[in-house]
Order: sequence, then structure tokens, then C-alpha cells
Amino acid sequence: MTTASWAWLVLLFPLLGSMVIAFGFRRLPDRTAGIIGSTAIGLAFIAGIGTLLGLLSEPSESRHVASSLWEYAGVGDLRVDLGIFVDPLAVFMVLVVTGVSFLIHVYSTAYMESDQGYSRFFSYLNFFVFSMLLLVLAGNFVLLIIGWAFVGFASYALISFWYRRTTATAAGMKAFVINVVGDIGLVLAAILIFRELGVLDYEAVFDAAPKVFSTDQWTVVAICLLLLVGAFAKSAQLPFHTWLADAMEGPTPVSSLIHAATMVTAGVYLVARTWPLFELAPAAANVAAIVGVVTLLVAGTIALVVTDLKRIIAYSTMSQIGYMFLAVGIGAYSAGMFHLMTHAFFKALLFMAAGSIIAVMANDQNIDRMRGLGKALPFTAAMLVIGSLALSGFPFTSGWFSKDEILDFALYRGGWYTILAIAGYVGAFMTALYAFRIVFRILPGRPCPEAEELIETGHVAHGEAVNPANGQPEDYEVGYPGKEHHIAEQSPGMRFGMLPLGVLALIAGFLQVPGVTEVVTKFLEPTFEGSSLAAIHPPVSKAWLGLLNGGVIAVVGIAFAWVFWVRRPAIPGSLRQKFHPLYELFVHKWYFDELIHAVIVRPVLAFGDFCNRVVEPFVVGGIVTGTTSLVRSAGALVRDLQSGMIRAYASLMVVGAIAVVLFLLLRGG
Amino acid sequence: MSIEWYLVLAALLFAIGAGGILVRRNPVVILLCLELMLSAGALAILSFSRMLGDGDGQVFVLIVLVVAACEVVVGLGLVVAMFRRRIPLDVDETTELRG
Amino acid sequence: MVEIAFFAGAAGAIGGALAVVLLKNPFYSVLALVVHLVFLAGIFLLLRAQFLAAAQIVVYAGAVMVIYVFVAAYVGGIEEPAFDAHPRLRIFGPIVAAALFIEISIAVAGSALVGIGTEGPQDIPDDFGTPAAVGRMLLDDFLIAFEAASILLLLAAVAAIVLAGRRGSQTQEGT
Repeated sequence: MTTASWAWLVLLFPLLGSMVIAFGFRRLPDRTAGIIGSTAIGLAFIAGIGTLLGLLSEPSESRHVASSLWEYAGVGDLRVDLGIFVDPLAVFMVLVVTGVSFLIHVYSTAYMESDQGYSRFFSYLNFFVFSMLLLVLAGNFVLLIIGWAFVGFASYALISFWYRRTTATAAGMKAFVINVVGDIGLVLAAILIFRELGVLDYEAVFDAAPKVFSTDQWTVVAICLLLLVGAFAKSAQLPFHTWLADAMEGPTPVSSLIHAATMVTAGVYLVARTWPLFELAPAAANVAAIVGVVTLLVAGTIALVVTDLKRIIAYSTMSQIGYMFLAVGIGAYSAGMFHLMTHAFFKALLFMAAGSIIAVMANDQNIDRMRGLGKALPFTAAMLVIGSLALSGFPFTSGWFSKDEILDFALYRGGWYTILAIAGYVGAFMTALYAFRIVFRILPGRPCPEAEELIETGHVAHGEAVNPANGQPEDYEVGYPGKEHHIAEQSPGMRFGMLPLGVLALIAGFLQVPGVTEVVTKFLEPTFEGSSLAAIHPPVSKAWLGLLNGGVIAVVGIAFAWVFWVRRPAIPGSLRQKFHPLYELFVHKWYFDELIHAVIVRPVLAFGDFCNRVVEPFVVGGIVTGTTSLVRSAGALVRDLQSGMIRAYASLMVVGAIAVVLFLLLRGG
Repeated sequence: MSIEWYLVLAALLFAIGAGGILVRRNPVVILLCLELMLSAGALAILSFSRMLGDGDGQVFVLIVLVVAACEVVVGLGLVVAMFRRRIPLDVDETTELRG
Repeated sequence: MVEIAFFAGAAGAIGGALAVVLLKNPFYSVLALVVHLVFLAGIFLLLRAQFLAAAQIVVYAGAVMVIYVFVAAYVGGIEEPAFDAHPRLRIFGPIVAAALFIEISIAVAGSALVGIGTEGPQDIPDDFGTPAAVGRMLLDDFLIAFEAASILLLLAAVAAIVLAGRRGSQTQEGT
């Protein structure tokens, strides 16, 4: 088997799984959909390893394969193949996506067990994985856009999965609309690329770009900025970030897979994939880095104050993706991709633990009500602590190596990038603070009633089926959230999904020990061959110094968290009093929703209202009424011809034919 | 025989068919007249085909036969349906589409 | 020889056609059309369309006309009072038909068609109009038309079943 065939297999299995479940769900016996879905992703992962081995058997300069099944579209000069492009970057993403997806699929088989929409869920989930892999493996911009739109749809379908929940459908629409804005940016970028270069295949574009564009020429900057619009919308960066927190309305495995581990990192992948363009447009790359830093600070401050467990983790996702954008913006591509991988591990793990905790709390996600869960949920608590340690960058966990590598790089580039690095360290401190805010508030202490019930009877509380967001009763028919709740302590499937991620979150960092292993950098090197920025490596001593900084900040942050929420629980309250305006700003998410509402939604609504009041009755109505009355009066004139007599019609036809022939005869004379 | 004889014959048959449609009221006979017109058209096409020495026209005529068969099937289906519902078999009586 | 054959065929075809139009009983009209088609098939032969002549007789005069005969018998020999309802059409129809014939004839005679006044090229291949030649064209050059025609036939068959098929309640109402 060639590398390309392995890569096609990677795409085939999830698609097949999705189709089989979607079309066969009536025939499938109870709960086979989960097995089929998980198997499909497992096979895709194996095929991904096959691709990896195939690629590694090549010498490093020829480690890229383009393969095409057939011509997808050909119009004028435009030739688009249904083609894939396999190189280390793509394989890296394929392995992260399929690996994490497989574990989350297994987790979901247990978590979603009593949901009415079980088969639908797995069909969507497999479809998502297929779309994501299509996005990653696409060999040209058109296929990239297709995959990009498909993941947007999958995200929409899964956020609105419990479709009787009004908050969920609203969140789904919000996500979809904002993502479509991003899609438009991406499409415009592709159009510009085609106009300037006349090709859309990655290899051809990257070959042609340096010859056609000079550095910071406006066209290439425009292309990169449009690409960034797409990337920011997909990756929930400012100002397109508001959908991600609402997306937490979806089932928790979805939050884990799509809105933490894989889909939202697509923007980072896009920038890394199109690095030859971004190196020609340093201005756009700087925009990416700055927006990343701003996002990581804003999201970090919000995560410090919100009380919804899943939303805290969601804002932390935004903040971590901010680090990744900083990385790819300043040229630390492999560091960004490495952080993408470790983030996928620990963030998926955090969400899985959150799912277990929310199940215990009978779907209440408010951390104010959670207390003393450590004793009730020992396994989940351990996983939550591991995830939080990795997230805050505690020494020797995976997050420590990956996040601080990015900041080292920023420091090493010097100049004003130093400011970005310092902001990144501030963000790291906040990360440690909010990560352990979760841990210290919900694990220790006197158990809350639900936890007590679990400890004493081993039963998971059921609670009332009421949507905490708006008080509407939940509808079990579409599953929310299933009559039974499932926690990791009682479901082997959930434990099987979480344990490998826990181990990886702890040790994956050792892939990339400065000066020792650096596996990821070396593996990705062929992709970033010829990049002037990727060639910059901070010396090993500086790298270790940076790691030391990061470790100290993480430990200090965790210590502060301990003081705030364990030792002196009064401090947060008094701080809140003292900095009340700031608190209000943070807890209202910096008023971004309101801003977007005022700047975009209101004017559009006003315009719509204007159209409704003025344009519709007078302009449109006038034209329509005029047309209808014209047609009506014309119809009245000829109505008598419509006698219903077939022979009359036939006579007219024959006479008409005679007239036509006569005309031709006379004219031809 | 030179070709125009065939063409004139086709024109004559076509005219007879057209006239028949105008003067008859029984839908079955109207369908028969349609057949006349179709076969006149077929004859014309065959004449042209012979005139040019090109066999393509013969395939056209074959397709015309198919179309005629379809038209017969649908038309006679209508006639049978009309008969079943006691609708008089007279095209002058069926004027529901009057405007 | 050809002339005799042509005029005999033409006379038969025209006679059949006129009989179709003029006979009062639809049943006889159908039989007249059969006669017309047989003569027309003879003229087809003169144009070296052997296969089509055979198809005309087998498919048309044979199979299709059987359906006509069946329907005509089924609905009964309703003799219409010839040309009475609309006297205007009784006069108008033949006039229009005659005008049509004259016009087309003038058009044919006055046209600059290459074959006018000749019998067409004599160097046409030997297999012109044979089943083998037509079949080859049908499956080489005109495959799509061929397939489309088959689908059309299928549609027509379905349509006929829908139109004429027995629909429980309505049939009972009728009987």
C-alpha cells in the first residue's frame, strides 16, 4: 500500500461509518451505532499510522504526496482535482484528530447510552471526523473550503443536537452564522489566490507565490487577512469568539471533541498550512499573533469569573488557541502544532471529566453548587487534576513543554515580540489561577447533597429536567440528557476514553524536551522546509530558562488559587467588591455580545424593519400589484380564446402553422 | 422517382391528418389522425435521409415510432379513463378547461 | 417499375388516410389506418428503409393497431353523426388542410434542396437501411437517444396504468 492509499483509507472509514449509521439506523440493533462509529474511527487511526509509516519510509526531502481521484471541477482555466496532499503536517493532524476522536467516541458510547438520539449522534460525530480529515488532507483550497464548511455544519448539527432545547438551537445558529462569516473570508481568499496565481493546488500556490508576490504587497496581505477571518471564526478568536461559549449547549463529548480538541484548532492548522503566504505577508502574520494574544488575555479574564463549569473550560480553550495563533503568527509553527496536540489531550480530558461531574450534579453546571466531589468521584477528580496541571503548565506535564516553547520563541525573536511574550506569561498566570479555581472549588470541602447521595448509596442523582439556562422543561424524547446519567466511576467505556488521555496529558511533553528529543520539530521539519522563521531556534539554555519561568509562574498561580479558594475564601469576594467595574466587565464577557448586537444586529434589524415598512408595501407591493393587474387585464382580453374546445385549439395551431409557412414563403420569395 | 414526389405525398398525408383532427370529434379517431400526421413526418424524414444518403434519418424515424407508441398508450389510456367515468367520448363536450 | 410501385403505394396510403378521416365508425377508421400503414411501408421500401418498413408493419400496423382495435371495441362503435356539431369547422377544416398542403408543396417544389429533381445519390452503401446498419447507429451514435426513448416508453406504460387503471371507489361508483 502506498502512502496515498493509506490516506484515502483514513478518509473512507469515517465517511463509511457515518453513512452506515445514517442509512441503517432503523435496522441496526440497539446501540450498535456506537460500536460501528468507534470502530470506523479506530480503523481511520490505524490507517493514519499506516500513512505515517509510509511517509517516514521516504527520505525527508520527498516526504509529501499529492494524490487525486478525479477532476472535481473544470471551468475555463480552473482545474480542481478531488485531491489530497499528505505531508508531515497533515499526518500530524490526522493522528491527533483520529486518536482523540477515537477515545471520545468510546467515551460517548457510555456517556450517551440512554440518549434517544444515540444513532444520530454517532452518525453526526463520524461525519464530523470525516469532514475534519477532509479539511486536513485537502490538496487544494477548494477541498479545504468544502471540509471547512462540512465541519461547520457538523458543529451546528451537534450543538443543536438536543433540538427541543431552545437555547441549544439558538447556540447552533449563532455558531453557524459566525462560521459562515469565516467561510466567506476563506472563499474570498481562494478567489483572490486564483485571480493572482491562477492555481489552487497547495504545491502550485506555494511554488508560485514567492515569484508573483513581493513581501507585504497588498494582495498577499489581503489574502492572508481573509484567510485569518476564516481562521478566527473557526477558532473562536476575537472578535468572532462569542459562539464558542454558547456552543457548550451541545452534549459534553461534542464540546470535548469539536469545541476543544479538533475543529476549533482548524484555524491554527490553516495558518500553519499556508505559511509560505504568511511569510510573504509579515503584517498579516503579526495580526494573527496580536489577535491571539488579545484573545488569550480576554478569554483568561472571563474564565476567572464565570461560574458555568463548561464555559470556564470553553474560555480556556479560546485562550489556549490564542497561544497557538501567537505561535504560528511569529513563525513558531512546530511549537504551535505541538501545543495544539497537547491541548487536544488535556482539554479533551478536562471536558470528559466535566461531563462526569455534570452527570453527578444532574446536569447542573454551576460550580457554586459543587462541593466535595473529590471523595465521591475519585477517578474523575484525578483526571481533572491531571488536566488542570497540564493546562496551567505545571512542570513536566505536557502543557509546560508546549506552552513555554511558544513563549520562548516569542522572547527570542525580541523587539516588540517581547511584549507579546510578557502578555503570554500574564495569560499563563491567569490560566493556572482559573484552572485551579475549578479544582479547589469543587473537589475539596463538605460534599454537596448530590455528592453525598453518590457516596452513601452509589446512585447518581436525577434532579429535575429543567434547562438551567431558561427554566424550560427538558424533553426526554430528543434525549436531553437521557433518563440515566453516566459517570466515569461506573462506566468502563468512559474510563477507557479518559485514561489514555490522562497519561498522554502527563507525559506527551517528553516528545519535545529542548535539546534532548524534539521529536515534533524534527518530524514537521520537511513541511516547513525553506521557512526563514521556522529555522530560528532558541538555544537550548534559553529554552530551559523559559521553561523555568513558565514553571515558576504556574506554581505561583496554583499557589494563589489555593490561597483564594481554599485558605482564605473571603479574598475573592472582597476583590470582587473592590474591583467591581472590572468584575462586571469580565462577567459580561467584555460586553462582546452586546457590542456585536449594537454594531451589527441592530442596524441589520433596523434595515429589515425599514424594508418591511417602506420598501415592501410601496416599492415591491407597487411593482407586484401593477404586474398582477396588468396580467389580469391582459388575461381578461384573451380569456375567450380559452374555450376548452380541443378542436378550436387545434384550428388555431394549424392556422398559426400556415401563417408561419406563408410568411417564410413570402419572405424567401 | 425523384424525391419531391415523396415529399409532396408526405405533405398531403399530413394535411389529411390535420384536417381530420379538425373535423372529427371522437377522441379515438383524433388519435388516429395524429398517427397519420406522425407517419407523414416519418415519410418526410426518410425522404430526406435517402436524398442525402445518410442513415441518421432512419434512426430519427425509429424514435418517432417510439414517440408515437407512447402517445398512443397515453392517449388511449385517457380514452379508456373517460369511458370508465361515463364522460361522453366527444371532444366538444369536454370543455372543463374553459377559461 | 418504381413509378408504378410508388403510385400504387401512394394511392393506397392516401385512400387509407382519407378513409380514416371520412368513415363514421371508429372501428373502421382503425382498419383503414392499418391499410394506410401497410401501403406506407411499401413506400418506405422504395426509399431503401427496409428495416423501418418491417418495423412499421410489425410494431405499428401489428401491435399498436391491436390496441386501437381493442379500445375501439371496448368503448363501442359510437357512430358520431358526421360533421354536425360545428358546421363552421366542417367547412373550415378541409380548407385549412388544403391550404397547408398547397403551402408545403410550394415550399418543397420551390426549395433549393440538393436532391430535388433527382432520386438521391446512387452510391449509398449496400447496407443502407438494413437492420444491421440501423442497429449499429442506434447503439453507437444515438445511444443516449435510444436510452431516452426506452425511458419514455416506460413512463408511458406507467402513465397508461395510472390513467386507465381501476381505482377502487371510483369504479364502484361508476358501475
